[in-house]
Amino acid sequence: MVTSVTNFGRSGAYDWMVQRVTAVVLAFYTAFIVGLILFTPDLTYQTWSAIFGQTWVRIFSLMALVSLGAHAWVGLWTISTDYLKNGLQRFLVQAGCGLIMFVYLVWGVQTLWGQ
Amino acid sequence: MLVSIYRYNPEVDQAPFMQDVELDLPAGKDLMVLDVLALLKEQDASLAYRRSCREGVCGSDGMNMNGKNGLACITPMSEVVKDDKLVLRPLPGLPVVRDLVVDMSLFYKQYEKIKPFLQNETPAPAIERLQSPEDRAKLDGLYECILCACCSTSCPSFWWNPDKFVGPAGLLQAYRFLADSRDTAKDERLAELDDPFSVFRCRGIMNCVSVCPKGLNPTRAIGHIRNMLLQRAT
Repeated sequence: MVTSVTNFGRSGAYDWMVQRVTAVVLAFYTAFIVGLILFTPDLTYQTWSAIFGQTWVRIFSLMALVSLGAHAWVGLWTISTDYLKNGLQRFLVQAGCGLIMFVYLVWGVQTLWGQ
Repeated sequence: MLVSIYRYNPEVDQAPFMQDVELDLPAGKDLMVLDVLALLKEQDASLAYRRSCREGVCGSDGMNMNGKNGLACITPMSEVVKDDKLVLRPLPGLPVVRDLVVDMSLFYKQYEKIKPFLQNETPAPAIERLQSPEDRAKLDGLYECILCACCSTSCPSFWWNPDKFVGPAGLLQAYRFLADSRDTAKDERLAELDDPFSVFRCRGIMNCVSVCPKGLNPTRAIGHIRNMLLQRAT
């Protein structure tokens, strides 16, 4: 058993599952956004704002944002443990990735529920 | 034909280098790469490589031939030579002891980690532990591994984390014991593998499958272990 304190969920199976489930959420959200852009004839600020004013779109968008953060963490953690062999360097890169994901999440919430 | 061979003797050489040798091969014969190595050794006795059974059973002469890992003794020249040139290198990712001889310690350490022996706590029967033909059939495609290391040393996940990722050869054997109806240590074995490196560092690129000289499929075995781990956790 290899111990690690920086991966997403302490267990390899958990990380694997999280990456797959979040990928499905992101695939649905991407299809939703692409469909929205393609099939809405006059996509003005007002229509866009009205669509994102609906609770279900906000919930779906937040779910996609959380999924993006978790998915990116598992992926970038894997890449950083593969290629960065210096412990401090790896920790700093992982901390940077975590910070960026957290900023995106809070910023996304602010955008969705802000005025 | 031209044979370019990796040479390194740490007692003499500052750094490894590729030595080009022009070789006349006997006409009308499709030699194995190991035969070519024997011809080269006749010219230069300082060339070092491992070999033993010369028929693909012992797994000693695993090496990288024109960019692909395999056993020199069962790889015909017609299969591997491109543009009348043969490039021979040691198995990638392991420390080189000399020329084509690599230090296999890391590979064996990972093999040791999966406890490659039958574990059964129940009292031993008088003669032997019986197994149904169906249960025995589950071990086909798993027990045949000869530990030549061609698969693990062609795996980038093993190159980057040879101390943490068990590697395809070790995982094929891990599944060989997980699938054995006579083994009672399934939970303990799975608990040892449920970390982000041992099994889950496999990204399924299947280099192991494409190089295995015995035609085995470690990626499938890793998939079975992953399913067992997921079933255990959900």
